[in-house]
Amino acid sequence: MARDGEDAGMVKAAKVKRQRKKKTKENKTRTVHANILYDNAKGEENPNRHYANNKIKTTKYTLLSFLPKNLFEQFHRFANVYFVFIALLNFVPVVNAFQPELALAPVVFILSVTAIKDLWEDYRRHRSDKEINHMDCLVYSRVERRYVEKYWKEVRVGDFIRLRCNEILPADVLLLTSSDPDRLCHIETATLDGETNLKQRQVVRSFFDLDCDFDPTKYNSIIECEKPNNDLNRFRGYIIHRSGRRDALYKENLLLRGCTIRNTEEAVGIVIYAGHETKAMLNNNGPRYKRSKLERQMNVDVFWCVIILLVMCLFAAVGHGLWMFQYGDKRPVFDVLSPEGTDLSPIMSAIYLFLTMIIVFQVLIPISLFVSIEIVKICQVFFIHQDMDLYDEETDSHLQCRALNITEDLGQMQYIFSDKTGTLTENKMVFRRCTVAGVEYSHDANARRLAMYQEMDSEEEECTSHGGTLPRRDSVTSHQSARVVLRSQSTKSHRRTGSRAEAKRASILSKHTAFSSPMEKDITPDPQLLDKVNECSSQMDFMRFHSQPMSQLPSDLSDIIDFFIALTICNTVVVSSPNQPRQKVKLSEGYAPPLKSPVKTIEDFIKRFTPSRLTSGSNSSSSSSLITNRSSNRGCSSILSSPSAEKLRYEAESPDEAALVYAARAYKCSLVGRLPDQVTVELPHLGKLSFELLHTLGFDSTRKRMSVVVRHPLTDQITVYTKGADSVIMDLIKPPNTGENSHSVCFIVYRTQNYLNLYAADGLRTLCIAKKVLTKEEYACWLQRHLEAETAIQGREELLFESALRLETNLHLLGATGIEDRLQDGVPETIASLRKAGLQIWVLTGDKQETAVNIAYACKLLEPEEEILTLNADSQVNDTGHCFINENDYSADHIYPSSSPSSSSVPFMVHRLGLVIDGRTLAYALDKSLEDKFLAVARSCRSVLCCRSTPLQKSMVVKLVRNKLKVMTLAIGDGANDVSMIQVADVGVGISGQEGMQAVMASDFALPRFRYLQKLLLVHGHWCYSRLANMILYFFYKNAVTLIFWYQFYCGFSGSAMIDQWYLIFFNLMFSAFPQLITGTLDKDVSAETLQQLPQLYISGQNSEEYKPYMFWMNMIDAFYQSLVCFFIPYFAYADSDVDLFTWGTPITTLALFTILLHLGIETKTWTWMNWLSISFSIALFFTVALCYNASCPTCYSPSNPYWTMQRLLQDPLFYFLCVITPVTALLPRYFYRACQGTLFPSPVQVGRQLDKLPAETRRNILSLSRTKYVNHIEQAKHHYHNLFVFQPYINVPDTITVMGHRQPLECNLVLLVFYVKVFWILGLV
Amino acid sequence: MIAAMMASSYNAKEEDGHHSGSSSHGGAGAVKSKKPDNTAFKQQRLPAWQPILTAGTVLPAFFVIGLIFIPIGIGLYVTSNNIKEFEVDYTGVDINSPCYSCAKNFSWNSTQSCVCSVNFTLEQPFESNVFMYYGLSNFYQNHRRYVKSRDDSQLNGDLSALMNPSKECEPYRTNDGLPIAPCGAIANSLFNDTLDLYYVDSNSTKTPIPLAKKGIAWWTDKHVKFRNPSGNTNLTVTFQGTTKPVNWRKPVYELDPSEADNNGFINEDFIVWMRTAALPTFRKLYRIIQKKSGTTPTLPSGRYILDITYNYPVLSFDGRKRMILSTISWMGGKNPFLGIAYITVGSICFFLGVVLLIIHHKYDTRNNSADIPN
Repeated sequence: MARDGEDAGMVKAAKVKRQRKKKTKENKTRTVHANILYDNAKGEENPNRHYANNKIKTTKYTLLSFLPKNLFEQFHRFANVYFVFIALLNFVPVVNAFQPELALAPVVFILSVTAIKDLWEDYRRHRSDKEINHMDCLVYSRVERRYVEKYWKEVRVGDFIRLRCNEILPADVLLLTSSDPDRLCHIETATLDGETNLKQRQVVRSFFDLDCDFDPTKYNSIIECEKPNNDLNRFRGYIIHRSGRRDALYKENLLLRGCTIRNTEEAVGIVIYAGHETKAMLNNNGPRYKRSKLERQMNVDVFWCVIILLVMCLFAAVGHGLWMFQYGDKRPVFDVLSPEGTDLSPIMSAIYLFLTMIIVFQVLIPISLFVSIEIVKICQVFFIHQDMDLYDEETDSHLQCRALNITEDLGQMQYIFSDKTGTLTENKMVFRRCTVAGVEYSHDANARRLAMYQEMDSEEEECTSHGGTLPRRDSVTSHQSARVVLRSQSTKSHRRTGSRAEAKRASILSKHTAFSSPMEKDITPDPQLLDKVNECSSQMDFMRFHSQPMSQLPSDLSDIIDFFIALTICNTVVVSSPNQPRQKVKLSEGYAPPLKSPVKTIEDFIKRFTPSRLTSGSNSSSSSSLITNRSSNRGCSSILSSPSAEKLRYEAESPDEAALVYAARAYKCSLVGRLPDQVTVELPHLGKLSFELLHTLGFDSTRKRMSVVVRHPLTDQITVYTKGADSVIMDLIKPPNTGENSHSVCFIVYRTQNYLNLYAADGLRTLCIAKKVLTKEEYACWLQRHLEAETAIQGREELLFESALRLETNLHLLGATGIEDRLQDGVPETIASLRKAGLQIWVLTGDKQETAVNIAYACKLLEPEEEILTLNADSQVNDTGHCFINENDYSADHIYPSSSPSSSSVPFMVHRLGLVIDGRTLAYALDKSLEDKFLAVARSCRSVLCCRSTPLQKSMVVKLVRNKLKVMTLAIGDGANDVSMIQVADVGVGISGQEGMQAVMASDFALPRFRYLQKLLLVHGHWCYSRLANMILYFFYKNAVTLIFWYQFYCGFSGSAMIDQWYLIFFNLMFSAFPQLITGTLDKDVSAETLQQLPQLYISGQNSEEYKPYMFWMNMIDAFYQSLVCFFIPYFAYADSDVDLFTWGTPITTLALFTILLHLGIETKTWTWMNWLSISFSIALFFTVALCYNASCPTCYSPSNPYWTMQRLLQDPLFYFLCVITPVTALLPRYFYRACQGTLFPSPVQVGRQLDKLPAETRRNILSLSRTKYVNHIEQAKHHYHNLFVFQPYINVPDTITVMGHRQPLECNLVLLVFYVKVFWILGLV
Repeated sequence: MIAAMMASSYNAKEEDGHHSGSSSHGGAGAVKSKKPDNTAFKQQRLPAWQPILTAGTVLPAFFVIGLIFIPIGIGLYVTSNNIKEFEVDYTGVDINSPCYSCAKNFSWNSTQSCVCSVNFTLEQPFESNVFMYYGLSNFYQNHRRYVKSRDDSQLNGDLSALMNPSKECEPYRTNDGLPIAPCGAIANSLFNDTLDLYYVDSNSTKTPIPLAKKGIAWWTDKHVKFRNPSGNTNLTVTFQGTTKPVNWRKPVYELDPSEADNNGFINEDFIVWMRTAALPTFRKLYRIIQKKSGTTPTLPSGRYILDITYNYPVLSFDGRKRMILSTISWMGGKNPFLGIAYITVGSICFFLGVVLLIIHHKYDTRNNSADIPN
C-alpha cells in the first residue's frame, strides 16, 4: 500500500490510527486520497498511483505476443503437441516418411484455424474495449477548477466525477453528493445482475448535511476500504475526516461500474476502484469449460486408437527387422543405405522404422476430429438458438447457450433437479386472500378475476399460434418506450461483448415484467374487508380529530389497519413515477416536524427542477403543478409530483413484495413514497401519513423474515412490523399472558394457523404479518447495541443478525396472506413428457412443505394414486436416524414386492412412490452414514420433493446423486438460491425470469420458460447427441481405414506408402471433411414432432445407445474389413502387372474415398440438398485436385511424382470397374446388417423414424392410442406377462392384438396392427 | 446407385420452407424483435429424403446389384480368358536350367557377360500385338528409401541438377567426386539383361523376331518428365563431368547403341525402369512385337528360343526373372480376378437379396402399412 507519499497536512490522529492498523491489517485495505490534492495524477506524490487505472483491456494478446502466446495456449492441448511432434519427426532424415514441409501442413492448418478464430475473438474484444475506454465522463480538473470531459480510460482512483442522469458509471464510485433532495441516487443494476428495479444509493453520511454544492477542493478526507473483490453486495470501509471523525461506509454508498444512474439529475463521487479492479470487472468471468460425457467417452477411445497405432507400428517394426534379417549380409540392390551411407543393423532399422510408422499411421489419431467437433457444436448451438419454438414472444427472448461444448449432454440427461418458484411457477405473485385477526377474507371476486386472466392468456396463446403477429401485451405508453430506448442505448455502449445480449434482453424484459402487468396490480378487494378498512380509518380520523388516543380503537379494527400498514411499509419496494428523472415535491403537512431551515428562493428551487438534457420535453407540464413552498428539510414528507397514486409504479426486489403493496393499495392503503428514513402512506380518510423509518432489518434466508422499525405518526409509538414465513413468525408470537384477552389471542393464532394450512393446501404462498410495540426504554436499549453492530467492521453481518433476532420477539400476530404463484404454461405436460422420457424429476425448493406438495400435485409431479413417503425429522438426531432407517425398511418392502408372493396383487400401485423430505431431515439424510440409504429410497420413488432446502442443500443433493449414482444431472432454476445447484450439475439451466440474472449467469443454457425444456432436451438434446455420437464413431472408422498397413506386407515393412503423400495428408483435411460436418450438423434421425410425441425415444440417449464402447470396436472391425477389401481388390486386380506404385495407389485412394463417403451415406438418415451437395463437392474436389496436381509439375513432389497419373487412370476402364466393385463389396456387410436390424430388431429410434413416414392421420391415431388407452392395456398385459413381455416381445403380440382390436374397430388391418404392436412394444419398454 | 434404389420418396410434409420471413417481418414492427427467422434451414425443416433401411426397402438394391454385377463379371472373365499369355522363368535356380551357370557365377562386378538360351514352345498362336515383358519377383522396388532415391530434376534435363544431384540420391549421388548421372538407387539397379527372341520353324532355322523398343514408355514420361540436358546435341559432351552409376557397364548416353535418339535420360528401357513398381512381384514392358499383317498371327504356335544376355543378379535376394509374352485387351493384361470378383460379389448380393426377401416376408410389414388408404 502506498503509505510513503502521505501528505504531511493530513490529520495526525488518522495517521496514528492507520499506522496502528497497519500492523494488523496490512494489505487488507486500500486507502484512497483525493487526486486533487496532488499536481499530477501519476505523480510521485500521489498515494493512489499504484492502483489500476480505468483503462480496461480484456484482450488476451497484443500484436507481438499473439503468435507465441496463442501457440503456447494451443499446445496445452495434448493432441496438438502430438501432431507437432509427428511433424517434427519428419525432419529427421532417418525416419522421415513424407516431405517434411508437407507433413507440417495439417498441423499448421489446424493451428491456424484455431489461431484465426482466437484472433477474431480477440479483435472483437479489443474493439469493444476501445469503445468502452473512449466513453466520456466528467472528471474534476484541479487546474481548470471545474468538471471536464475525459475518456473513461483516463479516470483514476481518487478522481471526482460528476454523473448525470442515465449515464453509465465508469468505475466504482463512492457517492459523495447527489442533486436529489434526499441525498439519494438511484441506479439500475440490470447490467450487473439483471435486476431491473431501481436501487437506492445514499450519499456518505458525513456529506449528508453538506449543501447542494459540493466543492471537491474542500474535500480532504481519506477513505479506507477493502481491497478490490468481486462481491457485488459487500463494501466495507470508513472515511476519515480532517476532524478525525470516522464514518462507516456501506454498500449503499458505492455506485458500481456498469450501472446506470436513474431518476437522479446529478451526483458526484470519488473513484474507489477503477478499471479491472472494479467489482463488475472482477465478476466478469469468461465462458465456462465443461467436458461432456460423450467427449469423456471419446477420449477413452482416442486412447485406444493410440494403443492400436503403437501395436501396428510395433508389428511393422518387427516385420522390418525380420525382413532385413533374412537377407543377412547380402544387401539387395533395392535396400538402399541410409543417406549417411551407414549400414544399419536390422534392429536399428526396426527402431527407426517404428518412428517412421508413427508418422505414416498418424491419420489413425484423428487430427481433425477435435476441430470438427468444435465446428459441429457451434453449428448446433446456432440451430438451437434459432429455434422458433424456444423463442418467447412475451419477453422477446430466446434460448441462450452459454456453454458451447456440452450440447450433446442435453441428450443424455437422467435426473432433473428443479427449483419450484419461478421455474415451475411463473413467479408472478398475485394476491389471492388473506386473514386478519383470525377472520378469513376469501376474495372471491379476485379469484374470479384471476380466472378470467387465465382464459385470456390461453386465448392469446391461440392467437399467437395462428397469427404470429400478436400485438405485444404491453400497454406501452410513451414514457415506457422512451425508457426502453434509453436503456438499450446505454447498454449498447457499455456492455461487454458476451453479455450484451443479456442486457438488451433484460431491458426489453423490463417492459413486460410482472410489475406492469394488470394481473398483479388490479386486485379486486373483498367488500367485507374494504368496509372494515373504511370504518376503521374513519374512526381513526375521527379520533385524531378529537385527539383521542388511538388505543381506544377496537382491537380487531386496529389489527386491520395495522395489517395494511404493515403490508405497505414492511418491504423494500421503491416507488417511482412513470416520468423520469424523479422529480420531487416537498409538501408541508401539518403533522410534519417543524421546519429547520428557511425556505429557499424560488430560483433555487426552479434550478433544481431544470430538466436534465435527456428529458427536457417530458416534464414541462408536470412542473407547472408543483407546489412551490418547498422546504429543504429532509424530514418532511414527499410525494412524486404529478401523477396520482394510481399511476405509481412499485419496483420490488421480489415480486411478492410488490404483490402485497398492490393488494394494500386496493384497500386504499397505498404507498406513495419511500425514502431511506421515511415512508409515506396514503390512507382513506386519514390522507397521507408519514412514518419515520428508524430501521429496516432486511430479509435473509436464515431468519426468513424482515422487519421495519417505524415511529407511528398517529400514536407516536415505536412500532416493529414483521413479515415472514409462517413457520418462523408463529414461533415468535408472544405467548398470551394471563391478561383478559389471552383467550382471544390464542384463538386468533389457532384460527390463523388453520387458514395458513388451508392456503398452503391451495398451493398459495403464505406470509404472516405481525407487529410489536416497543417502549422508549426497550427501543433505546436495543438501539444502542444495534448501532454498535452497525459500525463494526469485523463481523458486522453476524452482529446485525443477532441484533435483528433480539428485536423480533414477542410479536403480536396481525394476520396472514396467501399469494398465488401461478404455474407456468405447460408445466404439467412438460413434466409428464419428461418423465415418460425416463427422466427422474426432483423438485428442490425452499418453500414450505404443504405449498410444495400442492404445487407438485398441480404440476403432475405427484399423482393422487401415488403413495407418499414423507420424511420429517423432529429435532433429535438419533430419533431421525432411526426413523429414517425405518422408513427405509418400510419402503424397501414396498419396492421389491415380487419377492413375497402375497404382495404381488398390487405391484403397480407400489411402484408409484413419491418422496417428500424437508430441509431439516435432508440435513440428516445427506449425512455420510445415511446418504446411501437416502439414495436407495429416493431412487425407488417416482418423484422426490425436497422442501425447505437451503441453496447449499440443493447443491449437495445434486452432487450426491451425480457422484453416487453416476448419472447425468440437470439443474434448472431461476434465482440466486439455485446458482450453486446449477453450477454443480452436469448441465445447469437458468430460467431468465423475474428474480434477476444470477441463475442465468451461472447456467450453461438459459431458457425463457420451463416448458421449453421439453424441446431442448427431447429434440435438440437427442439430435445433438445422436449427431455427435454418430460423427465421432464415423471419425474413428474413417481414420482406421489404414490401407497403408496392408501395404507394408508387400514393401518389406519399409514404411512405404502407395498413396501419394499429398492425398494422404489432405484426405481427412479436405476430401472427406465436408460431408461428415454436414451430416454431423443437420442429420435428423427422427423428426422433432415424433420426438416430442414419443418422449420414450429420449431413453436411447440416456443409455448412450448411439455410442457404446462395443460400437467403437465394431467400427474398428468394420474399418479393418473395409480396408482389407479396399486394399486387396486392387491388389489382385493389378497383381503381377506392370503397374507402378502411384498408378496403383491412386485408384486405392479414390475408392477408399468412395467407400468412406458411401459409408457416411448409409449412416445418414436425412438427405437434404446439402448432403448431396457436400458429397458431390467432396468427389469433385478430389478429382479436381488430383487432375490439377497430376498435371502441374513433372519434376516436383518428389518422390511420388504422379505426373499424368490420374489422367491416364481416367482412360483406363479397369479403374472404373474397380471403383464400382470395391465400395460395394466393402459396404455390403454394413448395409446388410443395417437392413436386417431395421427389420428384425429395430431400435426405438428406428421405429420412431418409421412412424415419421406414416401418413399424418394414421400417425395421429397410433400416437393418441398409445397415449390414452394403450397405457392401461399394456399395464394389464405387463401385469400378466411381465417377464414374457419384456424379454420376448413377439410372443405377446397376439394377446395385445386382441385387446387392441377389440377396442379399436376402425383399425382392422392386421398388418397395421402388427406394426402398432411393434410401436407399443417400444412404448411398453418404458 | 444403391441409394437411388431405396423405396422412399421425399417427405411431403416438410415443404413449408416458403413460409419464411412472413411472420418474422410482420411481428417485428418498430422494435427489432429477436424472433428467429422462420426459414426451413434455420428451423431444420429442409426438405429431405429419409431412407429407412429395412429388408423391404433394401432388397431391390441387392437384386439390382446382383443382376448388374454377374453379367459384368462374366464379360470381364471372358475378356481376360481370351488374352494369351506365355511366361518363362530364366532365373536359373534349377540345376537343369540353361541359365544355371550364368546365375551361379554372376555378380554385379563381373565384366564378362554371360549368355544363355531358353527353348520354349507356344501351343497357340498369338494373333494381335504381343507385348514382351520381363518380370521380377521378390524385388522390392517399392522400398521406401529406394523409391525416393532419384532426382527428377536431373532426369528432366536440369543442368544444375545434373552436376549437383539431389541429396535424395545418397549414397548413389557421387562417385569418385563426380556426380552420377542418372543418380540414385533406382537408376543404379537398372535391369540390364538383354532378351532376344527367335522363332524356330519346322526345319530348325532361327528367325529373329523383330522387337520394337520404342513406345514402351508413357508418352508423358518420354516427352515431359524425362529430358536430356539441352544445349548440346552431342550427349557425350552433355554428360561430360558426370560419371555412370556404379553398377552400370555403359554410361547413360550409350544405352542404346543402335538408335541415337534413344539414349541418355530418354532411353525408354530406362524410363520404364524408373517407374517403380507397386508390388514386389512385377513385370515391366520390354519390347513390343507388332502384328505384321492381317492374316498371319504375330507369333505363330511353335518352338522359340529366347537368348538372354545374363547381366542382372537376383539370386542374392532370392529373386526370380521371367520373360512374359502377352497379348492385351481393352482392359489390360490377363487377369481373371476382376471377373471372378464381380461374379462372386454379384452372387453374394443376389443371395443376400433372397435372404432379405425371406426376412421381409416373415417379419417386415411396415412397407405395406404405408400403402393403407386412410
